[in-house]
Amino acid sequence: MISIRGLTKSFNGTAVLDGIDLDIAPGERVVIIGPSGTGKSTLLRCLNFLDHPDAGRITIGEVTLDAARATRAEILALRRRSAFVFQNYALFANKTAKENIMEALVTVQGRPKAEAEARALEVLAETGLADKADSYPASLSGGQQQRVGIGRAMAIGAELMLFDEPTSALDPEWVGEVLDLMRRVAARHQTMLIVTHEMQFAREIADRVIFMHGGKIVEEGAPEQIFGAPKDERLQRFLKRLTH
Amino acid sequence: MRGLDLDYMLGLVPVILGYVPLTLGMAAAGMVLALILASLLAVERVFRLPWLDWAVVLFISFFRGTPLLVQLFLFYYGLPQVLSVLTSIDGVTAAIMGLTLHFSAYMAETIRAAILGVDRSQWEAAQSIGMTQLQMMRRIILPQAARVAAPTLVNYFIDMIKGTSLAFTLGVTEMMGAAQKEAAGSFLYFEAFLVVALIYWAMVELLSQGQKRLETYLNKAYAR
Ligand SMILES: Nc1ncnc2c1ncn2[C@@H]1O[C@H](COP(=O)(O)OP(=O)(O)OP(=O)(O)O)[C@@H](O)[C@H]1O
Ligand SMILES: [Mg+2]
Repeated sequence: MISIRGLTKSFNGTAVLDGIDLDIAPGERVVIIGPSGTGKSTLLRCLNFLDHPDAGRITIGEVTLDAARATRAEILALRRRSAFVFQNYALFANKTAKENIMEALVTVQGRPKAEAEARALEVLAETGLADKADSYPASLSGGQQQRVGIGRAMAIGAELMLFDEPTSALDPEWVGEVLDLMRRVAARHQTMLIVTHEMQFAREIADRVIFMHGGKIVEEGAPEQIFGAPKDERLQRFLKRLTH
Repeated sequence: MRGLDLDYMLGLVPVILGYVPLTLGMAAAGMVLALILASLLAVERVFRLPWLDWAVVLFISFFRGTPLLVQLFLFYYGLPQVLSVLTSIDGVTAAIMGLTLHFSAYMAETIRAAILGVDRSQWEAAQSIGMTQLQMMRRIILPQAARVAAPTLVNYFIDMIKGTSLAFTLGVTEMMGAAQKEAAGSFLYFEAFLVVALIYWAMVELLSQGQKRLETYLNKAYAR
């Protein structure tokens, strides 16, 4: 169970998250859409404490914290409950594909190296990159790097996977393979919170779509409802602009 | 004008070479200690611990702002007069200490810049998987910073090797001291110091070869 209550965050006095309330059920796939600069990335980053929220409560599984007075230990515990897939992949540049996946298992979870390596190879096979196990990120294509990035997040076994526009930095030719991999992750009932501009994909994969505007959740519902019968005028305008 | 006494020079080579281990030993010890100290200073400068930062800034400023020779004299001849525990310190130890402090100040700045140059995405990825600060520095940030800093650090090591010749002024008989003593007997100053110069040069050249290999090795992960 994931629960967010009254999450706020401002940068230099400007509210970027303006009281976000959100519950996500286990296995649920939630897609966030909305215009640029409305705080979608900031929401994801706050859930992972890459940005520190000003206030609010966050619960991921057994970890609950009060953002305003979170201790260092609580922050680490929260981060270990979720896995982040970055727009720019953010693979560890000094580590091979395999080592990128092993890193969290060995260093953070303290699993034996041999076990972590077996798990990493398994995940690489699932991402279709078994032959790239010993390649460094610099020698991989964008699509391959992002698949390793998703593999790194899969291997952790986190309760929540956060995707911040995982295909936006990719050349069009690589988008398909990354979306395919995300479909496979979804098929395993992984709880996912996804920010994307791929509306077709959102419609297909989401159990629920959230429309954010000005740091708030303005409208949410099933994809058919959000895309087929949007109520809020700002959402209607946003969707209209996309189809043009 | 007189010709070079080549026989004398050839005879002197093995004598001076006998002091190479002392020179390299002082430089190696100084380098290891300076690397450790510089890494600590650099990490402090990156995280800026409120009760320590001013002291580190002062330390770096002082040791970069004064000549190595002045620092060595201050430690070896000056400080024991004030701090009696230091009276028993020998020239080699004093030289290693001085080289360590002096070069750690420079190396700290190099390492700090290299750490800050590591892409923000690397810090965030490390944090996102729940690494502690220490794990993040040790496993992700410092290895990547090391690659950037390595060529400059090797240059400082070369400077340090040459810097050990100043130990001569603290009464240590190293390569320079040995040559001085030999020349005082033979009066062939030019030959004696030329031999010293050539041996230093050869050592540095060998090291530069190693430097190239090190860079290739460190860049392995980043080749396309
Ligand atoms: N570190 C920061 N410092 C200052 N302002 C920031 C920072 N991060 C984000 N912002 C601001 O917060 C607002 C929301 O940014 P955010 O990246 O969350 O938007 P977004 O919805 O993800 O947009 P996009 O679709 O373009 O990715 C923007 O106005 C942005 O300029
Ligand atoms: Mg964004």
